[in-house]
Amino acid sequence: MRNTAMNMVHKLATRDERVLYIGSDPGAGTLRAMSKEFPKRHLIEGISEAHIIGMSAGLAMEGFVPYVNTIATFLTRRCYEQVAVDLCLHNLQVRLIANGGGLVYAPLGPTHQAIEDIAIMRALPNMTVVCPCDADEAARLMEQTLDWTGPIYIRLGKGGDAVVSKAEHGFEIGKAILMRPPGDVVMVTTGIMLQRALAAADLLAAQGIRAGILHMHTVKPLDTEALLQAIRGTKLVATLEEHVPSGGLGSAVAEALIDKLGSGLPAMLRLSLPDRFMHNYGSQDSLLKKHGLSASAIATSIERALAASHTSSPQLHST
Amino acid sequence: MIQISPHAEAALTCTLDERSLYLRRLVLGSVRSAGRGHVGPALSLIEMVRVLYDDVLRIDPNNPRDPNRDRAILSKGHGCLALYALLADRGFFPLSELDGFCGPDSILGGHPEYGMVPGVEASTGALGHGLSIGVGLALAARMRGRTYRTFVLLGDGEINEGSVWEAAMGAAKHGLDNLVALIDYNKLQSYGPTDYVLPLEPLADKWRSFGFAVQELNGHDVGALRTVLKQVPAVPGKPTAIICHTVKGKGLPAAESNADWHHKNKLTDSELDAIRVAVGDF
Repeated sequence: MRNTAMNMVHKLATRDERVLYIGSDPGAGTLRAMSKEFPKRHLIEGISEAHIIGMSAGLAMEGFVPYVNTIATFLTRRCYEQVAVDLCLHNLQVRLIANGGGLVYAPLGPTHQAIEDIAIMRALPNMTVVCPCDADEAARLMEQTLDWTGPIYIRLGKGGDAVVSKAEHGFEIGKAILMRPPGDVVMVTTGIMLQRALAAADLLAAQGIRAGILHMHTVKPLDTEALLQAIRGTKLVATLEEHVPSGGLGSAVAEALIDKLGSGLPAMLRLSLPDRFMHNYGSQDSLLKKHGLSASAIATSIERALAASHTSSPQLHST
Repeated sequence: MIQISPHAEAALTCTLDERSLYLRRLVLGSVRSAGRGHVGPALSLIEMVRVLYDDVLRIDPNNPRDPNRDRAILSKGHGCLALYALLADRGFFPLSELDGFCGPDSILGGHPEYGMVPGVEASTGALGHGLSIGVGLALAARMRGRTYRTFVLLGDGEINEGSVWEAAMGAAKHGLDNLVALIDYNKLQSYGPTDYVLPLEPLADKWRSFGFAVQELNGHDVGALRTVLKQVPAVPGKPTAIICHTVKGKGLPAAESNADWHHKNKLTDSELDAIRVAVGDF
């Protein structure tokens, strides 16, 4: 996914002279081909994220479309005020390409694990937040980033994630994709939780439970219309995210449902990481498994929640 | 201890000409109307802004978005009363707007906003942002082959921010000689002396070591400002830093070198009297 997104920056630069790549101190050879073809538009500016965001704002004020790239935690936590004031307040066309969204950098510990990035980015007015699920979807997203108004936060996964998105579904920023028709439960996913949801849906099907999947690649603006349509008649809405419970996809979905449905809320299950920093290493996969986000654990949680919803009135459940 | 620069001594003792007094009347008129404002930080800045807008910037108030205009960013956004006075005086918006400062329907807030105030290039107020934006503007000029220059006005307290020094390294890396940083070195930040809060000296050496061509002057000396600003870049291939020794609250004796006048949100009768005595009953 990461290589694809990077290569897309080069491709976009080939056809649009406004496109710049701005890295802080990325891995050796990042976008080497672009640096050779467009040396003046391939900028490596050092471990100075606050400055880089401000500089990108200045470049965007003059009509450039900078694609700023570094590790997700550094692109969000370190320079949050610059993102808020320089990019969002001025509503500038800067694209933040965040490597290692979620637990991708599991072995490197909590300084490198972006577990609250969706929350803090979506809190900002004018910011768009997109979490593609695989390399193909990242490519389709990048195609749309040239002329999208305002800043975009792009949360990238690890790379090598199974390709499950399909060209026939198309891709539009802000438009969710219905991957499986609604059933007893509708899972709402973002990023690489889609792959796990698909596997969980198969497990649930084996238990006779029909599971729909709505892939909410864009967390902001949230596709409320698609959400309301997908959950019509379902018994349970389950949100899946590689993120703390506060402020991410589950919060966005809950907020939208409360705003639109008021008292007639469906039963809801928010599956997420816990509200704490991770002090275990290992791998993204092992940490997700540890926190109940493997396909089998997701299926089990949904089964239990469905069983509970049969015996109680609709209510919000939280992990 | 701060080494007392002869420019700093000159800033304390120099007198102000009629235009500088007029601009102070505009600033203090806004303060009186609103009953609030960053008084000291605006008064130290007036001659720097005055010379920029009167003599240096290639700008047209009737075409404030001209792509070839020089760019000026007030990175110390809390000094906005000085900027508003100059922009109004130069015709970017009516002088009458100054009376609405901080009012519910005013375009003039306590920090300047892009898109709200004609002539304002960037929304500032959070400190340590303007120089990075200026680096982006200056780099864009070079990439696009444009001849506009970018001027960034920074406060001395503001350069406590690490982001300023990140930006300085970036400006030097790119050899942005179309970028000028002006530092309003009034030696007094919100709490008290810069030397107490976070010592800046040796300030000129710092900027030099970060790759800037450095000039120092009395920031209330209109002639010196004109001379130096008309000769930028000071060294081809390098960004320029102009350290302007100033006096916080210059021209309002009660406020001069007095941290209590950094920001006022309710003026007392005696403070209003002090303004009246200093600049006349306007």
